[in-house]
Amino acid sequence: MGKPELFPALSTADRAALLTRLGAVLPATSLLWSAEDTRPYECDGLSAFRRVPLAVVLPETEQQVVDVLRICRDLKVPVVPRGAGTGLSGGALPMTEGVTLGLSKMKRILAVDPLARTARVQPGVRNLAISEAVAPHGLYYAPDPSSQIACSIGGNIAENSGGVHCLKYGLTVHNVHALRMVTIDGDIVELGGLGLDAAGYDLMALAIGSEGMLGIVTEITVKLLPKPVKAQVVLAAFDSVVKAGEAVAAVIGAGIIPAGLEMMDQLATRAVEQFVHAGYPLDAAAILLCESDGTPEEVASEIARVIDIMRNCGATEVRCSRDDAERLRFWSGRKSAFPAVGRLVPDYYCMDGTIPKKNLAAVLDGIARLSAQHGMQCANVFHAGDGNLHPLIMFDANVPGQSETAERFGADILELCVAMGGTITGEHGVGMEKIDQMCVQFTTPELDTFHAVKRAFDPHRLLNPDKAIPTLARCADYGAMRVSRGALPFPELPRF
Amino acid sequence: MNGPLAPATVDPTVAPFVDRILAARAARTPLRIRGGGTKDFHAARLDGDVLDTAALSGIVDHEPSELVLVARAGTPLAEVEAALAAHGQCLAFEPPRFAHGGTLGGAIASGLSGPRRVSTGSARDYVLGVAIVDGRGQALRFGGRVMKNVAGYDVSRLIAGSWGTLALLTEVALKVLPRPEAETTLRFEMAEADAIAQLARWAGQPLPISASAHLEQTLTVRLSGAGSAVDAARAKLGGDPVPTHTADAFWNALRDQSAAFFTVPGRTVWRVSLQSTAPPLGLGPQCLEWGGALRWIAGDVDADTVHATAARHGGHATLWHGGDRGRGLQRVAPGVMAIQRRLKAALDPDGLFGPGRLFPDP
Repeated sequence: MGKPELFPALSTADRAALLTRLGAVLPATSLLWSAEDTRPYECDGLSAFRRVPLAVVLPETEQQVVDVLRICRDLKVPVVPRGAGTGLSGGALPMTEGVTLGLSKMKRILAVDPLARTARVQPGVRNLAISEAVAPHGLYYAPDPSSQIACSIGGNIAENSGGVHCLKYGLTVHNVHALRMVTIDGDIVELGGLGLDAAGYDLMALAIGSEGMLGIVTEITVKLLPKPVKAQVVLAAFDSVVKAGEAVAAVIGAGIIPAGLEMMDQLATRAVEQFVHAGYPLDAAAILLCESDGTPEEVASEIARVIDIMRNCGATEVRCSRDDAERLRFWSGRKSAFPAVGRLVPDYYCMDGTIPKKNLAAVLDGIARLSAQHGMQCANVFHAGDGNLHPLIMFDANVPGQSETAERFGADILELCVAMGGTITGEHGVGMEKIDQMCVQFTTPELDTFHAVKRAFDPHRLLNPDKAIPTLARCADYGAMRVSRGALPFPELPRF
Repeated sequence: MNGPLAPATVDPTVAPFVDRILAARAARTPLRIRGGGTKDFHAARLDGDVLDTAALSGIVDHEPSELVLVARAGTPLAEVEAALAAHGQCLAFEPPRFAHGGTLGGAIASGLSGPRRVSTGSARDYVLGVAIVDGRGQALRFGGRVMKNVAGYDVSRLIAGSWGTLALLTEVALKVLPRPEAETTLRFEMAEADAIAQLARWAGQPLPISASAHLEQTLTVRLSGAGSAVDAARAKLGGDPVPTHTADAFWNALRDQSAAFFTVPGRTVWRVSLQSTAPPLGLGPQCLEWGGALRWIAGDVDADTVHATAARHGGHATLWHGGDRGRGLQRVAPGVMAIQRRLKAALDPDGLFGPGRLFPDP
């Protein structure tokens, strides 16, 4: 899984000048350049891609971020920002001739305003740490990606992270008031504000999900919500994924916006049952978890409606959590789906397409066909409420050729999602992993527009420059490769 | 299939607009994109030849169980709201209508949201994807028709609130929501400072408050959600219940600004968006919304004073109608302004769309 580099090697003199200048603005413990110190930064959560950076800087203050960026701009050295390194698309993959800028030391919660329901935090603060810090006020920060114990809020901003509750409570972009960001020129800009909108263009919405390519965020003011009084979950089993998909549509069609609505196919269910014994029925083709939260009255009426809908849609079994312990046990399976699959096989590759929910059965059929074609198993975990599918391709990287097959299988799944009216990434980001599929989803003028947006923030093209938005040359190479396989993928599908 | 080797074909409905933009570009004539013209009163300047979006009309797709509606930009807002209502759904951000004839494109391009914004989010929060024609006459698509999408920069949400100054919006995909099962409106006699404090305390509790307004000495609060939740909250909050038809008329008049506060002849009105807990501003007669985060100020207030007040509370102020149109826009920091100008140049290099409408020319 090697990808070409864009930047030329620095001369020995330039390299020395870079390290000397960085050393002058950073404490000794914040500048790493020996191979043994920089090796731990060679990859993020997508370990298939690895590169050792020229240097790693770990600034402790915003001023140090400003200084580092100015030095890198002066010397034309690319900068790759990094949060907690839990990203799944290689967005924090270092550049061999670049500086990795880690924000892990900027991890203070600067202010909590319980009355205005905001918290001002540094980017290295862990997602869950925010909710823990404001819990005494009966508040929490809603977006809860499954890595929330470890992932940082700065990384959440870069990826516009979601979580199992985002159908009801929104993504990162819906839960942030303001950002302080340092540009590659070392200027500090404040985006958004403490009100509910800001003057001029919505630069904050543009910065969220920009994968560290527009600026380095040094402060985030997040919106906090009152904690729901009660939550309850319904577990329903189905003998076909089609029926489970119909139940999802029926719940939404009935005017219910559940706090969470998740689906797992049989392979995923069996994997997690062996691992955590959540009590899932093993003979079901698919199971659904549907959570309701709010006041006790709201939850009681919503849960009763959900149970009726599940039964009417042909559920073979419907269970409702009787207490919080049981609720958490039902969820434990879903939340450990990735490690559970990881226990069954040496390696798995987690994909992240989003599709219109009505096309779920067709997409799962397509994935089953691709699975047979590539000779590789794939378990499916689905944020059913918002159409975000996580196929887990199971393989063994030690068997020659399997890594390449898994990568090919994954690319085929993403192109299937695009062909079915969806997108190549719902919440993990493009990063390095899906950069070629960007050529499938967007046209040349659209990609040109993305490059122009980047230039508006980063005219020197130094911030994470080889990620997320492919160059046209790269797309031309990819196009040539795809044609050489003989035909467009999925010729039988309608295009829309 | 889309792809850089096979450029997308232009929708025949959009093609004449591409031609018009290319012609305007060649002639260096600015264009003023116009839907229903219901927000002309608000413009700092209205320069350029009118580019009317009426021909870009019609709902393209509405799949109720997907919670997604796709429509062309010139589709009348009333048509969209009726189609959603037929399935028990709504535009949760309650776009202000001001007058009959407004379009969906105008609602999104202005990025304005009504009373429900405080609980359910803004117009831009509901944008899933857009089709636009940029200032080079290129038909482009960003975002999509799905709830979660992080492929490429979020250009669709940038278009929301850009007032037609970046590109011609031709189609928009929105997330839609079910209408609340039950609603109740309550009234309380209360001074402004007390109302601001009370609204903040309530907002920190899991209560189904979907709108709030303080005018003169009266706080009006709307509860929306499951019937049982609304009943429970009503018992907890107290206050005087308002009959349904009176309540609906009140919230619609606030949303559409047909309420007396906004319609006094010759009245200058400022829109101040700021931190919800900011104390009373004392700038003149006021209508407070969004739990305190939106304050409409009536009267001839000095522009510098109102801008400085808004900034002090983390917000911004805009001259809404009346007054000296040239002094209505809040100055943004030079670094932010520079980025905004470069973005404008990226999408509209010749400055064709709505010159001077969103920020002053250099």
